Formats: sequence, C-alpha cells, structure tokens
Amino acid sequence: MFGKLTLAAIPFQQPIIMGAMAFMALVMIAVLGTITVTGRWRWLWTEWLTSVDHKKIGVMYILLALVMLLRGFSDAIMMRSQLALATAGAAGYLPPEHYDQIFTAHGVIMIFFMAMPFVVGLMNIVVPLQIGARDVAFPFLNSLSFWLTFAGFGLINASLVIGEFARTGWLAYPPLSELAFSPGVGVDYWLWALQISGVGTTLTAVNFVVTILRNRAPGMTLMRMPVFTWTSLCTSMLMCAAFPILTVTLALLTLDRYFGMHFFTNELGGNPMMYVNMIWVWGHPEVYILVLPAFGIFSEIVATFSGKRLFGYRQMVIATVLITVLSFTVWLHHFFTMGAGADVNAFFGIMSMLIAIPTGVKVFNWLFTMYRGRVRFTVPVLWTIGFMVTFVIGGVTGVLLAMPPADFVLHNSLFLVAHFHNTIIGGVVFACLAGFSYWFPKVTGFTLDERLGRCAFWCWFVGFYVSFMPLYALGLMGMTRRMNHTDNAAWTPYLHVAAVGAVIIFVGIVFQVVQLVVSIRRRERNRDLTGDPWNGRTLEWSIPSPPPAYNFARVPVVRGLDDFWERKRRADPLDRSPLEPVEMPSNTGAGFVTGVLSLVLGFGLVWQIWWLVAAAAACILATVIVHSTPIHRHFEIAVEDLKRDERLRISSLGA
Amino acid sequence: MDWSLLDPKGPVGAQELHILVTAFWLMMIVAVPTIVLTLWFAWRYRASSQTARFAPDWDRSHPIAIVCLAVPVIIVAILGTIAWKGSHELDPYRPLQVEAAGKAVRPIEVQVIALDWKWLFVYPELGVASVNELALPVGVPVHFSITASSVMNAFFIPRLGGMIYAMPRMQTQLSLLASEKGTYDGISSNYSGGGFSDMKFAARAMSAAAFDEWVASARGSEERLDGSALYGLLAPGIERTPKRYSSVEGDPFRRVLTAGLQPRSQTTRLATGDPVCITLGN
Repeated sequence: MFGKLTLAAIPFQQPIIMGAMAFMALVMIAVLGTITVTGRWRWLWTEWLTSVDHKKIGVMYILLALVMLLRGFSDAIMMRSQLALATAGAAGYLPPEHYDQIFTAHGVIMIFFMAMPFVVGLMNIVVPLQIGARDVAFPFLNSLSFWLTFAGFGLINASLVIGEFARTGWLAYPPLSELAFSPGVGVDYWLWALQISGVGTTLTAVNFVVTILRNRAPGMTLMRMPVFTWTSLCTSMLMCAAFPILTVTLALLTLDRYFGMHFFTNELGGNPMMYVNMIWVWGHPEVYILVLPAFGIFSEIVATFSGKRLFGYRQMVIATVLITVLSFTVWLHHFFTMGAGADVNAFFGIMSMLIAIPTGVKVFNWLFTMYRGRVRFTVPVLWTIGFMVTFVIGGVTGVLLAMPPADFVLHNSLFLVAHFHNTIIGGVVFACLAGFSYWFPKVTGFTLDERLGRCAFWCWFVGFYVSFMPLYALGLMGMTRRMNHTDNAAWTPYLHVAAVGAVIIFVGIVFQVVQLVVSIRRRERNRDLTGDPWNGRTLEWSIPSPPPAYNFARVPVVRGLDDFWERKRRADPLDRSPLEPVEMPSNTGAGFVTGVLSLVLGFGLVWQIWWLVAAAAACILATVIVHSTPIHRHFEIAVEDLKRDERLRISSLGA
Repeated sequence: MDWSLLDPKGPVGAQELHILVTAFWLMMIVAVPTIVLTLWFAWRYRASSQTARFAPDWDRSHPIAIVCLAVPVIIVAILGTIAWKGSHELDPYRPLQVEAAGKAVRPIEVQVIALDWKWLFVYPELGVASVNELALPVGVPVHFSITASSVMNAFFIPRLGGMIYAMPRMQTQLSLLASEKGTYDGISSNYSGGGFSDMKFAARAMSAAAFDEWVASARGSEERLDGSALYGLLAPGIERTPKRYSSVEGDPFRRVLTAGLQPRSQTTRLATGDPVCITLGN
C-alpha cells in the first residue's frame, strides 16, 4: 500500500532531526495560525499563490531562498562544529551516516534551493522592469516554474523527517549513488527533488530568453540593455543549454536505480566516468549561471552609486558573452585526477585559465567605474567592494586549481572547498544580498535599515575570511574534504578558527533577519515615494515603488543607454501622451496545483507508492488539459484606473 | 612542518609545488594591484571627498582598456605555457627516470587496490602484500597500478606528490619517488562512503636495507593473501592495524579489476557512535 514507506522511516531516535522537525512544525503552525487568525487565506490565494505577476513570483522565489539559506546554514554550522570537536582522534557528535547526509544536503540546498532561487527571483523582479515590459513572455509558465521549484523544496525538506537524504556528496557520483552502495531512499530524494525543480529552471530559462529578446520596450536595442539584463539573458541561454544535460543524466541514474539498468554501474558495461563527465558538462556552466547575474548586479550597483556611466559597457557585454561560451569548454578541470592524459588535461586547464581574462576585464571595468565617480558607501556598495576584494582572491586560487599539476595535489582538498566558497559566497551570495538591499525599496516602497545592513555586511565579510582562510591552510596541510573526523593535532587550531568564522557569519545572518523585521516595522520612516531612492539609471527606477501590476502605464521609448538617468539630466517633461487600456494576464491556480501535485508525484516516486504516482500524474495531466482550454485568460485595466493611479502618485510626490 | 604540500619529500611533489608557487606569484602581479586599487579608488572617489574629480560621462579609455586586456592575456599566456609543459612532464602515467652510478634504476611495481575502506598493496615482483602499509625504498621510483573494488576513491600521499583516482573496473597509473626517509600519511582523497575518514595508510619510505628487512618480515608473516583472505578484505570495514601477507595467490589485482567481485552488502550500515570502534558485518 505505501511502497517502501513504513513508520520506521521516521528517525524518532535521532534527537537532532526530531528537534528540527519540531521546530519546522512550530514555525508552520505559527504561519498557518497567523493566516487563519487574521483571515488572510483568500488574500494569500488570490494575491500570491495564484499570481502570475513576475514581481510577486520573484518575491516568493527570494522568500524560498532565504528559508533555505537558514537551513543550508544550519547544516554548515553542524559540519563546522563537528569538525571542530572531532579532531585529534575524537569522534564528535555526528556519526558518519548522519554527517554524510548533512554535507550532501548543504551543497544541494545552497546551490539548487538557495543560490538558484535567489538569482531567479531577482531576475524575475528586475528584468521585465529594466526592459520596459509589463510582464514576462509567458506569465503562467513563470508561475509553474516557481511551483515546480517549490515541489523540489518540499521534497528535500520532507527527506529530513521521512526517510533520509543522500550520503553521496552533492553530485552523487556513481557507483556510490547506485542501488548497490546506496540502497536507501536518500539518493531517490536527491534525484526527484532536482529533476522536478530542474524542469522548473529550464522553463524559466525559456521564458527569460523569449522575454528579453521579444518584450523590450521600443528603442531598447540589445546594446542599450542594462548589464543585469544582459547577464540574465546569457544565464538563461546557459540554463537552456545545460539543464537538459542534467535532466538526462539524472534520468539515466534513475533508470539504473529503478529499473536495474547499467548506465553507470560497475557491472555489465556501465561506466561511472561517463556520469562524472555528464554531470560536470552541466555543473560547470551552472557555476556561471549563478555568477553571471551576480556580475550584472554589481555592474548596476557600481554605476548607480558612483553616479557615473559604467566603464566599458561594450567590453562588459562581450566579456559576458565570452564567459557564456567558454563555460562549456572547461568541465574536465573538475577531474584532472581521473587520468585522462596530458593533452586533455592541458587543454582543459588552459581553457579554464582563459576565462580569467574576460572575468579580469570585468573587475577592471568596475574599478574604473568608481574612478572619477562619487561613490556613496551604501550597503549595496559595501557588498560590491567586499565582493571585488574577495573575488580576486577566489580567482587566483581558481587559476591555481586550473593548473593540472597543481590540481594533482590540491584536488578534493579543503583548499578546493575554500576556493569555491570564496567565489560562491564572495560572488553569488554577496551579489544576492547586495541586490536584495538595492532592489528592496523597488518591491516594497521603503528602504532597508542602513545601520543593521552594515552590521550584517561586516559580519559576513569578516566571518567569511575567518571561516575559509583556515581551510586554504588545511588544504595545503593535506586535509581532504568530506572527512567526518580527523586525527592530526596540527589541524585542530585551524578547525577551531573556521568554526568561529561560521559563528560570525551566523551573527551576520541574524543581523540580516533583524534588519528585515526592523525595516518592516519602521517602514513609514523609510518610505520612498519617488520610486527612485538611489538616483538610479535604469528603467525600473522610473516607475513607482512598489510598481503597479502593469509596471508601466505608458511603455517607455528608449533613446540610449541609461535612458532614465539621461532623461533626469535633461529634465525631460513627464510623458503626458494619452493612456490606453492595458491588457494583463489573469491569475490562475494551475501553476500552484501542478506544483503541489508534482510534490506528491515526487514523494510517490521516492517511496515507490505506485498508485499515488499514477493518481498524481493523472491529476497533473488533467490540470494541464483544463488549463489549456481556450477560455479568456486576460483582463483589461481601464484608462480611468490608470489615470487614478497617476493622480495618486503625483499627489503623493507633491505632498 | 605540518604543511604537507609545501614540504614535499619527493621530486614529483617538489615540481608540483614549484608550479603552484610560480603560478601564485605570477598572479600576484595582477591581484595585489587590483585589490589595492579597488580600496584606493573607493576611498579616493568617495562622495564626501571635496577634492576628487567627478567625470560622470567618462566611460571609456583605449589605453586603460588595452592595459586591462593585455596584462591578463600575457599572464595567462605564461601560465598556459607552464600548464602545458607541466601537464606533460608531470603526467602521472609518465615513468620516472632515475640514474644511480650511471645506470637507470629499475622502478618497483606496486599494485594498489582501494577497498571499502582500506588499502591493499600487492608487490607482484616480490610476492608479498600489505594492508594500510606501503613500504618504499628511498631513491627508487615506484610505479603504481591502481584500481578499486567497489566505489571511486583517490590514492594520495600528500608528501610525495599528486593523487589519482582509484576506480572500479579501471586501472590508473602513478609514478612517485621518495627522496627522504620517513613515514608519510596516505589517504583516500575522494569520498567513498561511511568509513572514508578512516581509509588511511602509512607510506614508509626507508633505506634499501630496511626495505629488504620489511620484505623479509612480510614473508615471515603468518597471513597469506589467498582467495578467502581477499574475499574477507572486500567486506566493508576499517583496518586499524596494518597487515602483511607472506604470499599472494594468483593475481588479486587482475581479479578485482576484471572479475566483478561481489558488491558490498546492501544492508551494511556504520554503527553509530564512536567511529574508533566501528564494526561492520559482511
């Protein structure tokens, strides 16, 4: 009846997991209770769950990312404290069978359910506004993408309390991830969480490529697009090309595990090396999928807060495109130690170093954007400068690892772990948090508390160095990654310092949360009525905050790069051309329903509850069919409503 | 000196370190000025500065663009050359040429089998074998043939030089040489499941005489690496004490490489609690 699922799947004997479960249950009861007591269910359904508004979907992505940041970070704290305790022969408090799930979950969560949703959320909020569009090209698809990501999020959290998660490392290399060596449901949770959310990511990519290519305002040529939009375009194209590879790789491993096939097994001609190649053909572009939008965010921030045009816009675009192309030619540097031969290793090593050139050009361009500017040290700028300093170090260690002979001794060491945290925290996380405080007033209409934001930045920045510089050292001392306990007394002090660093980062996260709460409570004090709190340059700052559902009452006509800034400089009169009714897509529950059904489907597949799988699949099909029927899916916003909004805005600005 | 990689005890590790250090300093030529300029520009052009020039429309400069492109290109060209040469010279498959008294020293052959979670070393020319203990004569190149019984591992002696994967049904090769006597840590540097953290061996570099003694002591061991001993080793578990085998029956390396031995038990779970006293069934 319930497939492999029995009561024994719930780890009652594990106090840590039961504690986490109790905590999650309390939070959920509190959230659901608040919604019920305040009578917000209808509001939640009509305003959020069924919304196809790109801004609201973006906010939901970011909320999901923040929740997963907390979960992924609690994994990190557990790992660092385990390693700080389990030195010099001590066992620590996490046995391998639990610890191995934690480091796997940490990687999977931080990449797939923290960094990706954060980046996609910012793209959702910002890209249509930057190109003068009223929504994305396929608003329903956008809602569906989010709810599929949500299904993956649901599965990965279910694995915490029902069954187990993979103990294979975040990329689940076979043969370890094959049924013979990982017989539990952990790898199945991993497979289906990534597979379902991966479909959502692919759909997002299609949506954004089409949106950026087709929905730009008149006059917004490609070479007038803001750099963040450019990087979003390149990232979306990378996703279109790379995620299908992940889908296929996961599908083949699924066939091995569910149907006894032999793509990656040891027996009958299976080839695990093939998996390692395929997963990295997706995996390396994935790194750039995350970091290109990060570069875009910093480009916007550095130009805005220097009060100056971005230095070398054209080079910036060319560099972005070059990185996009090159990112597909470097995957083998993740396994130089497989014994591929000197020519192959040297080729991939040199290709990897080549990426340093366009990346270097970008750093210099940010540098010279500040030169002869007027740099305002706001929170987003602090993140940007912190990024530039940190990312250069990450780049240096990255090129060292791209040297095959050096990689032979550094591969899989804590030096490697320090390197990719250096680029992902210093690059992607700093960018997401910078973008968060930069665009927050656009979404909400009020700015975040500056002082608490600065505290958060300094804790993250210092905490990063205190956590990860010791790991570089430990790597050079010969400590490999994914150890559960160590017995080298010389490593102990470094492991202790790294744990202190994690605590400092924790304080940074607390400041981040407090900043959000305090800013919401004091929102009237930090209210921004202009819609342009930073003296911005791009179109998103030309409209009110929060933007109306239709974004632009009149679609702007763009005459150059940084058009909004130029208009402000010329003191162009307000566009008073006659308004026309706006047609907007209607909300639909189909995305939410499909997402929830996909979660049920995934759960059924993990536990092999076949009747549940069949029922969920049938319901998904039915939802798709019903949704595809040609009913009118748009509504019109009348000119009177647009005029009323305009009058309200002008009176609030005058006040 | 605890910095294993910075204090290599063999020529392979020394050359790899040399490349690492050279590449590091080359990159410092760009990295240090970039970091300094970032901080300096940010401060020099702060909004509150009364003296800094403000040029809001200045967004291009050919000289700057050329320098910003040329410097990384030159450095990457140098690094790329080093990478190409280094990849070939330090190709793990390349035999090490060592001469003593005008004659090439014949390398000794060691077959390495990564088991769950221990290392089996077979000396086919000497007819002895050991678990979690690797004896090496100083100054003699060692050629390793490496495979794994079940899942992927990596064979790594940080003091001696680079690692290489140990993969089931596949054979990789590595040549190393110890130039100083000593006992060096040997590890698996690719996560391979529950007992991974304890999958360690001692690499003992010793004089030729001590090596001969070691071989003699192995030959005197009561344990023999026959079919049942090999089968016993395949069971997942950790070996705290190294073992030596006086004889080797058949060709265990080839058997593991080709025969498709039984995978480890599906019900195997690590005992929770103290990893020091992990016991595993088969």
